[in-house]
Amino acid sequence: MEEGRVAEVSQELLTKGRSLATQLGCRLEAIAAAAATDSVAEQVFPYGVDRLHIFRDDRLSPYTTLPHTSILVELFKQEKPQICLMGATIIGRDLGPRVSSALGSGLTADCTSLEIGDHEERKTGKVYKNLLYQIRPAFGGNIVAWIINPDHRPQMATVREGVMKKEILDPYYKGEVVEHQVNDFVKEEDFVVSIIDRHIEQSKVNIKNAPIIVSGGYGVGSKENFDLLYQLADVLDAEVGASRAAVDAGFAEHERQIGQTGVTVRPKLYIACGISGQIQHIAGMQESALIISINNDPSAPINSIADYVITGDIETVIPKMIKYYRRNTK
Amino acid sequence: MAFNIIVLAKQVPDTRNVGKDAMKADGTVNRAALPAIFNPEDLNALEQALLIKESYPGTKITLLTMGPGRAADILREGLFRGADDGVLLTDRAFAGADTLATSYALSMAVHKMGSYDIILSGRQAIDGDTAQVGPQVAEKLGIPQITYAEAIEEVKAGQIRVKRRLEHGVEVVECPLPAVITVNGSAAPCRPRNAKLLQKYKHAKTITERQVEHIDYIDIYSSRPYLNLTEWSVADVEADPRQCGLSGSPTKVKKIENVVFQAKESRRLSGSDAEIDELMRELIANHTIG
Repeated sequence: MEEGRVAEVSQELLTKGRSLATQLGCRLEAIAAAAATDSVAEQVFPYGVDRLHIFRDDRLSPYTTLPHTSILVELFKQEKPQICLMGATIIGRDLGPRVSSALGSGLTADCTSLEIGDHEERKTGKVYKNLLYQIRPAFGGNIVAWIINPDHRPQMATVREGVMKKEILDPYYKGEVVEHQVNDFVKEEDFVVSIIDRHIEQSKVNIKNAPIIVSGGYGVGSKENFDLLYQLADVLDAEVGASRAAVDAGFAEHERQIGQTGVTVRPKLYIACGISGQIQHIAGMQESALIISINNDPSAPINSIADYVITGDIETVIPKMIKYYRRNTK
Repeated sequence: MAFNIIVLAKQVPDTRNVGKDAMKADGTVNRAALPAIFNPEDLNALEQALLIKESYPGTKITLLTMGPGRAADILREGLFRGADDGVLLTDRAFAGADTLATSYALSMAVHKMGSYDIILSGRQAIDGDTAQVGPQVAEKLGIPQITYAEAIEEVKAGQIRVKRRLEHGVEVVECPLPAVITVNGSAAPCRPRNAKLLQKYKHAKTITERQVEHIDYIDIYSSRPYLNLTEWSVADVEADPRQCGLSGSPTKVKKIENVVFQAKESRRLSGSDAEIDELMRELIANHTIG
């Protein structure tokens, strides 16, 4: 939550949580802990939330680790949930591990898929019913691991924004609200960390919802060459994205990163410039409706999933695209 | 004033640029072909420790890593860059640990070291990208954590001020010590190896390395105690074996799949004017652009 608004990723997870809860025949519950919680109920109930736990306290915004940890740990001890899903945001990735350590439960970060299934322990023959399969890339995205948590609860997982799709279940769905006494959950010493300064800017980059993305990789060569991508994006009314290698090299800002460790996108057109196609990048853009790859290496891995492969330097190809786009739209 | 700093580091396969030479014929990764490196963000963490040491001479930086015997390489790497001491936590019983069992083992090693003011580590390791071990170590030790740190702005007795990098902004927090700080890749890069330190520490070894390599100038390890890299087992840190390694890991790997993407029938263009012209007309005509 930021300023009373439920985060996009939480709405996506409520949607996923609803379908898991329906499959398991259990309740979907949500937790909101912040200074402003007035409109949370109306924001979350349409996703099919059966019960909303509210913790309202001025000291809970902005987020700090320890009070939120105490709230979750104590509530989970009382409620004993089977599954806990969290956004793999900076907050979720700060809070999730602390809570899982305190409860001795496992946590799987950055899941790309969550399913319910059974498991048989080979050694003992013991069968576990209805476990959460926490499916995530590992090893830099080169493999996909199916993680399970047979004996410990809750089964905890984080998911990045944009990986799941949000969908209203029923605009008139109504659940129950439980307002908790914050002081029953937190201790005075949970507030030892103080935020003395904070600058949050609304991001100007909106890659996730952009219909057209011009994206650059390490092969673009330099921050200066990225200007070509901005020029093309400007003409096409597109957003500029980047691969992890390009972000690591300092060619583009981190918030433009597309892939398993960045944003997952599904635009109608994805123009990949100088991107070789690391698996972790492809996983974040393969659902694009149309993919154009511009690369001077005709055997770049990304070419195998592209609809159009243009073999050439971006310095010559992009200006031509701009030229002929302009000529043909006049 | 001087501080006791522990830097948690991991030796990782360099997964960032899996080139064609690291791919097997069946499209899977040949892990053995990847170089083992000092996890990049752990180097950012080491730099923050070195900056504190510059401001407060007498500060002691101890690197702590868990891994197989060859992970001693990153301890030497850290000594070459300015760390004072290295500890390798190694035991077959640690193998197969998930983040929780790893954090337990590391926290037991920290207990064994005794007093400390600051624990620094990278935000996450590039082989798992979980970012869980730092916060879990903090929880096991019962001390606060500051994640996503970009710069340590001030350290004084019992308190630290840290700038954090958030999704769309920055935050400055103050926190009592001891605390765990996990450092982002956007923080200052680690300084290179120092030639003098390289000379000083090039023979630094763990006891196992000295035994395996049959080093004949063994007397240097008694005359120069700083060449002895500490090596600890499960028993040395008085850890409960049931909470270590595979048996101490609540999460289990059910299966591993190789990633195979569905190849498409691509149209190949040379980039000539005529072809780009036609492509743009086509995209405009089918309303993809324009």
